[in-house]
Amino acid sequence: MEAFKEHDGLVVPFDRINVDTDQIIPKQFLKRIERTGFGEFLFYDWRYLDNGDSNPEFVLNHSRYVGASILIAGINFGCGSSREHAPWALQQYGFKVILAPSFADIFRNNCYKNGILPITLSAEIIAAISQRAKNTEGYRLMVNLEEQSVVCPDGTVYTYQIGDFEKYCMLNGLDEIGWTLQYEADITVYENHNRL
Amino acid sequence: MKKTMYEKIWDAHLVRASADEVPILYIDTHLVHEVTSPQAFEGLRLNNRKVRRPDLTFATMDHNVPTTDRSLPIKDQIAAKQMETLAQNCAEFDIPLYDINSPDQGIVHVIGPELGITQPGKTMVCGDSHTSTHGALGALAFGIGTSEIEHVLATQCLLQHKSETFEIRVDGTLPYGVTAKDIILSIIGHIGIDGGNGTVIEYTGSTIRSLSIEERMTVCNMTIEAGARAGMIAPDDATYEYIAGKRFAPKGEAFDKAVEQWKQLPTDDGATYDRTLTLNAADIAPQVTWGTNPGMVTDVTGQVPNPADMQSTDEKQAAEHALAYMGLRPGTPMTDISVDRVFIGSCTNSRISDLRVAADVIKGRQVAKTVNAMVVPGSQAVKRQAESEGLDEVFRAAGFEWREAGCSMCLGMNPDILMPGQRCASTSNRNFEGRQGKGGRTHLVSPQMAAATAVTGHFVDIREFTS
Ligand code: SF4
Repeated sequence: MEAFKEHDGLVVPFDRINVDTDQIIPKQFLKRIERTGFGEFLFYDWRYLDNGDSNPEFVLNHSRYVGASILIAGINFGCGSSREHAPWALQQYGFKVILAPSFADIFRNNCYKNGILPITLSAEIIAAISQRAKNTEGYRLMVNLEEQSVVCPDGTVYTYQIGDFEKYCMLNGLDEIGWTLQYEADITVYENHNRL
Repeated sequence: MKKTMYEKIWDAHLVRASADEVPILYIDTHLVHEVTSPQAFEGLRLNNRKVRRPDLTFATMDHNVPTTDRSLPIKDQIAAKQMETLAQNCAEFDIPLYDINSPDQGIVHVIGPELGITQPGKTMVCGDSHTSTHGALGALAFGIGTSEIEHVLATQCLLQHKSETFEIRVDGTLPYGVTAKDIILSIIGHIGIDGGNGTVIEYTGSTIRSLSIEERMTVCNMTIEAGARAGMIAPDDATYEYIAGKRFAPKGEAFDKAVEQWKQLPTDDGATYDRTLTLNAADIAPQVTWGTNPGMVTDVTGQVPNPADMQSTDEKQAAEHALAYMGLRPGTPMTDISVDRVFIGSCTNSRISDLRVAADVIKGRQVAKTVNAMVVPGSQAVKRQAESEGLDEVFRAAGFEWREAGCSMCLGMNPDILMPGQRCASTSNRNFEGRQGKGGRTHLVSPQMAAATAVTGHFVDIREFTS
């Protein structure tokens, strides 16, 4: 996994609550056996019209948001299916950070494992950032992981919480399996003790 | 110290718990299916890693499989490739596989309990959010992503934060016509689809105790729709009876010993949960969803709500979107909504008891001319059992299609899908936009309600239909 230290990126406001993973990546794209190639199918049913053309109404298709890498989402983003194809699609589209008032548990876990930083901020702060992104074309944020900060262009700084281990993993691009395998002896002891 | 069942199972599975690290939790059983696993096996190969415990791993094919004649070649080449990949991976890593031609094939959450793989006190994971189903037997079972699948394959462990505990207590006798499906839909309606985030829910109370094991599975299955990682119900005599004699269950003396251990699992008297909610069974009516998530639900006697009555702007907007997508107008009585399709199936409601109650409703009746209805048994074993009881004949005679086992139109990865604009009464668990097919409109209901809807062509109050 790629390490995440800080990220400066264009912000896209996504005003929907309870966006589920069926929406993020519809099931017809889950048949692939590769880990790549999902970016073009992100939000497929919203992003494209029935004839396959890009849907001009959909926010990601607005020219001012092309190249956005920070998504501002509503409560409970990523609910539903455990499909890791959802963070793969977001990451391969170009998203590095998602800010929301809350996330679904499995989705948040899956984000950490794919170098996407899910940041929880209060609903008021999210609404404020979202409003500014709508008012100001080219609105960007600077997100720093070491300092756990989100810095706005006007200098306002918001701090966020993240688990120590998740932070460590992301800062170092850690291979979690490798990390667990250092304790292989403990696993064997556990198995022997429980006669597994 | 007094402990909840979740805490007991958690503590018993800690391989390593150091204050400044994420705990390492041992996983007793890992269930694998074709859709979320290929990239995990690929990851193992790339890093030269093995599967640590193929003997604790079980695989099946369910999400993609066609439900029509299995002797014909699979038309969808990409789906066929995914199934073939699972078969190759299982052969390479020595994992037992119940493939599409196996008599034991079925939806992963149906065959786990059916084969006796699911047992009280176990930690179980699967790359599928409805793994919470297995908690019905007192296991700690939850869904994981593909990276975590790879982690479990390689280490038989997971790095996990402990969840909060949430007791949902339901007391009293269930009114006539009200089912386990209505209990869980009504719970989700109460607490919202994020109401359980960060928690593991334990269902308690006299109503829950009175449910059969299969009904308990329906409740635990949809726990994830309230956002909780896992749902669980303490094992009791009904649980032990259910498990006894199953293929992977302990036998003879070993079984008696296991039961003694299982009896230690229920939450201690006086143990406390982080949160508690109490519901009265008498207040629950048959449920129907009206929107695009399982929390958008109402009594069958109710009406499509008016977004203008919603509390927050976000909810209002979400309801407006949902109604536009569903093609519904505020104030419409639920029983005035007619459907084009009926789907009885999915890991929520495709077990033998579900098929029996649905067959009871339709016996001697006909599916409405305007409706296309299908039954997809949860497993080949359920299908055989149903056929031996003649249920397939009841369904066929009424005009239902009778299919082979799989996930089918629960998520429509195989050819079973809704056409744009089609409306469906479904016994599955998710009514998300496009879930059953792009533009498809899903209403979640119990098997009884789905069967009655197939007959009348519109939603009906099952209490009036059958009484
Ligand atoms: S039946 Fe539906 S919810 Fe259950 S495992 Fe299959 S796709 Fe998932």
